[in-house]
Amino acid sequence: MKSARTMLASAAALALFAPVAWAEDSSDPIIIPLHNWSSQIVMSHVVGDVLASMGNSVEYVTTDSQAVYESVRLGDVSLELEVWEGAFGASFDAAVAKGGIHAAGAHTAVTREDWWYPMWTKEACPGLPDWKALNDCAALFKTPETGDKGRFLGGPVDWLKHDAEKVDALGMNFVVVNAGSAAAIWAELGAAEKTKTPIVVFNWTPNFAEAVWPGEFVEFPKWEAGCNTDPAVGLHADKIYDCGNPATGYLKIAAWDGMKDKWPAAYATLSKVSLTNAQIAEMAKLVDIDGMEPEDAAKAWMDANPDVWKAWLG
Amino acid sequence: MAPSSHGTGIAKLLLALALGLAFGKFLLPEGLIRPPDWLVLPFADWINAAFYFLQNDLGLMTLTRAFSDVVEWLLDVTANLLYGKSRWPNIGPIPWIVIAITAFMAGYALKGWRLAALAGGTFVWIALMGQWKWAMETLSVIVVATPFSVMLGLGMGVLAWRSPRFERVLNPILNIAQSLPHFAYMIPVVVFIGVGPKAGAIVTIIFSVPPMIRMTLLGLKKVPEEVIEAGKMAGSSRWQLLSRVRIPTARSEILIGVNQVIMQCLAMVVLASFIGMPGLGQKLLQLLQALKIGLSVEIGVTIVLLAVTLDRLSKAWALRLPEHGEPSARWLHRNRLLVIWLALCAAGFVLAHFVPYLHEVERKQALSVAGPIDAAMDQVIRLIAPVTAWLRWFLITWVLIPMRDAYLWLPFTAVLALLAAVGWAMGGLRSALVCVVYFGLIALSGWWDRAMITVYMVSISVVIAAVFGLPLGIWAARIPARAARILLICDTAQTFPSFIYLIPVIMLFGVNDVAVVAAVVVFAAVPIVRYTIEGLCNVPPELIEAAEMSGATRQQTLWHVRLPMALPTMLVGANQSVMFSLFMVIIAAFIGTQDLGQEMQRALSSTDVGKGLVLGFAVAFMGLMTDHLITRWSEDRKRALGV
Repeated sequence: MKSARTMLASAAALALFAPVAWAEDSSDPIIIPLHNWSSQIVMSHVVGDVLASMGNSVEYVTTDSQAVYESVRLGDVSLELEVWEGAFGASFDAAVAKGGIHAAGAHTAVTREDWWYPMWTKEACPGLPDWKALNDCAALFKTPETGDKGRFLGGPVDWLKHDAEKVDALGMNFVVVNAGSAAAIWAELGAAEKTKTPIVVFNWTPNFAEAVWPGEFVEFPKWEAGCNTDPAVGLHADKIYDCGNPATGYLKIAAWDGMKDKWPAAYATLSKVSLTNAQIAEMAKLVDIDGMEPEDAAKAWMDANPDVWKAWLG
Repeated sequence: MAPSSHGTGIAKLLLALALGLAFGKFLLPEGLIRPPDWLVLPFADWINAAFYFLQNDLGLMTLTRAFSDVVEWLLDVTANLLYGKSRWPNIGPIPWIVIAITAFMAGYALKGWRLAALAGGTFVWIALMGQWKWAMETLSVIVVATPFSVMLGLGMGVLAWRSPRFERVLNPILNIAQSLPHFAYMIPVVVFIGVGPKAGAIVTIIFSVPPMIRMTLLGLKKVPEEVIEAGKMAGSSRWQLLSRVRIPTARSEILIGVNQVIMQCLAMVVLASFIGMPGLGQKLLQLLQALKIGLSVEIGVTIVLLAVTLDRLSKAWALRLPEHGEPSARWLHRNRLLVIWLALCAAGFVLAHFVPYLHEVERKQALSVAGPIDAAMDQVIRLIAPVTAWLRWFLITWVLIPMRDAYLWLPFTAVLALLAAVGWAMGGLRSALVCVVYFGLIALSGWWDRAMITVYMVSISVVIAAVFGLPLGIWAARIPARAARILLICDTAQTFPSFIYLIPVIMLFGVNDVAVVAAVVVFAAVPIVRYTIEGLCNVPPELIEAAEMSGATRQQTLWHVRLPMALPTMLVGANQSVMFSLFMVIIAAFIGTQDLGQEMQRALSSTDVGKGLVLGFAVAFMGLMTDHLITRWSEDRKRALGV
């Protein structure tokens, strides 16, 4: 705690003596949005603390993770640190098209979202992670509501994951059941763990769940560009979505168009922010496994990784 | 219009028509099974166009933003005082010990030691559990939203009382507002105000104002003519008559309105965090997202404690009659409690200055009962998993799927005819028209199938809730002490944040309709139990004595005297049960449903005002129709009983 504070002070001093190549930042607060998953909250606090150490005033506001792009566009919030290609690409692109928001940078981290199972499932179905093996084990996953077919627990419908199309295209013996929220998926996983019931769900990385429940992604036919639009691409010549999701999706940083002029120094720092999968997972772990508060976790992470965030200041 | 034999004849005819349409489905043209495309009206587009006009062409945006700036300034002040946000006046945060002392003294001044212990204890619990900052973030919004709602409600109530025309316009708006699901309100707020604490405060204000308006109007109407005469004779002007005579006389109704406002504000704590209200609600959603049930329950307990404390405090205030101290009494004597409070606060400030623990309990120092709660939860799930697995299979295969298929199989014309028949039987032509118009509009909105799924889940939940709730209520009503205990449990179950229920039901039943129904049943059962108890306990004792004297057994008294007498009250419970279920089914979209709630969730995340409001109105119409039918029936019963 204390060391973080001295470090922030020294960083502030550094920033003061740095050559003033840009106009001064506005004294209005930079508004950083928080969502309901821990890595995003911790990362926002880390970046917020760094910006605050440069003399900016920073405030946080909780918002919906889809609606936030509209708020960034209007300048109600200033930036967004985790733009997932799979989950938010559509909302982000739509907002970009309307104007007012742009990508200010990108993380080194790659994102992946696909069908996933915890390790106890593999014991019941040893052929995994191959999707054909999963399909042969479909009976393991059947439930009263899905009849003879296996049940795949997908994310909320508005995540637009095309799982049902994939099941159809690959001729799988599964039914897609959509959970209403990520919390619903974790609750089912938590319950399945107690009885070691085989289960296959929608999951993503980087994510705290990897640390709580070790598991693997199902290996579908590899993603190729156009697999979702061109029937010729992918496993079958006459189907779309006959492939897995991209295994290396982007994780961008978005900013309000006005940020560059209003807070030039903060914007310059923001555009240098970049984190790896391991660093993001560490942030999530501090909160979800070690039980720290996000603010404290941000300080702890900064204490442990000074080189990383100091590089953004230069 | 009482149902005559002629009326029941028409009702039977309509019922026959409904049955004919249902069983003759295979003969019907497609257009009578589901509304044809040309009949589905683009309500959502119209609403969006209207909003676009209001927002951009009419410049309403500047007005709403100006209003929200005022709210934001106030929020900044309370945020500074309560949790030290760096804003004017820059003197906060107030140490927790001082606030706990203040709550304690308020409780003592209003009602004595017991309320003092409850109020003070609540804040001590919040501090020791390390939830101080979150709770103060929540309270900083509530202390701004509550006065706004009260003033707004008072103003509108007075206006409606002054102008019968305004009342006629206001009444249907209030009816709809009170049956619109919470999410439907939020989307326009996001458009006009944006996100953040001010949006949270404003959505809370909008949500909590209707009961205040109603209670003000009710109170003003009940002021006796004699009191007004006395006021006039004393030579008061119209304004004096209102501010010095009418409003003070309507005091108890108005204060009940204030109490309702506070309760509604607390009910919004979790939901408003979807649009940026900070504090307990936001923390709760974060914790649930990481499946930390024990910690979420701690927050749930805090919300319940806050609700109970504020409820008791405001009720005590409402029931306390104004005291008129003797003018000769010494100042110190009259203001004894004020002086003690100031002295204790000063002591608190000094103590907190030297003992940081009394200023702020950090998360590291906080107590927690999350471990035992999680362990208990784990044991329970392991223990009853085999039972729930069987129950899940049974309910899905034999009850829920057949029922759902049946509801979806029915032609919409058959449903409308059936509702017309029920309406006619209850209240003649007018009720029949009310039913047909409400559900007809749902059909025209194009959301028929999803609406039917909502209806199916609400009806099965209310039936299950009645199966459990009625016997429980009857059993509890037998002994007054037991009744009080069960009512306390009802209050707790109702104020406990609904989101916490969602996780355990998923762990027990998985993501499916059984989990949804299980979560909804909890909320549907509360009003049924409560009003059964109230109805049975309020049966005049003379009637029961008379029945016992004529040799009726306990069973006979129950079936032939107490239950029929209690029926009108119990029907109010049934009415509320349907309302609560409708709200909860919408929230259960977070488990995973295919009904209106799921679409509402989507509309919220894509800030689609038109769609959100159309879905909201569909839900509101279901509630209003049920309300109309049950009120009708209840009035008939009352007339038959001669009460």
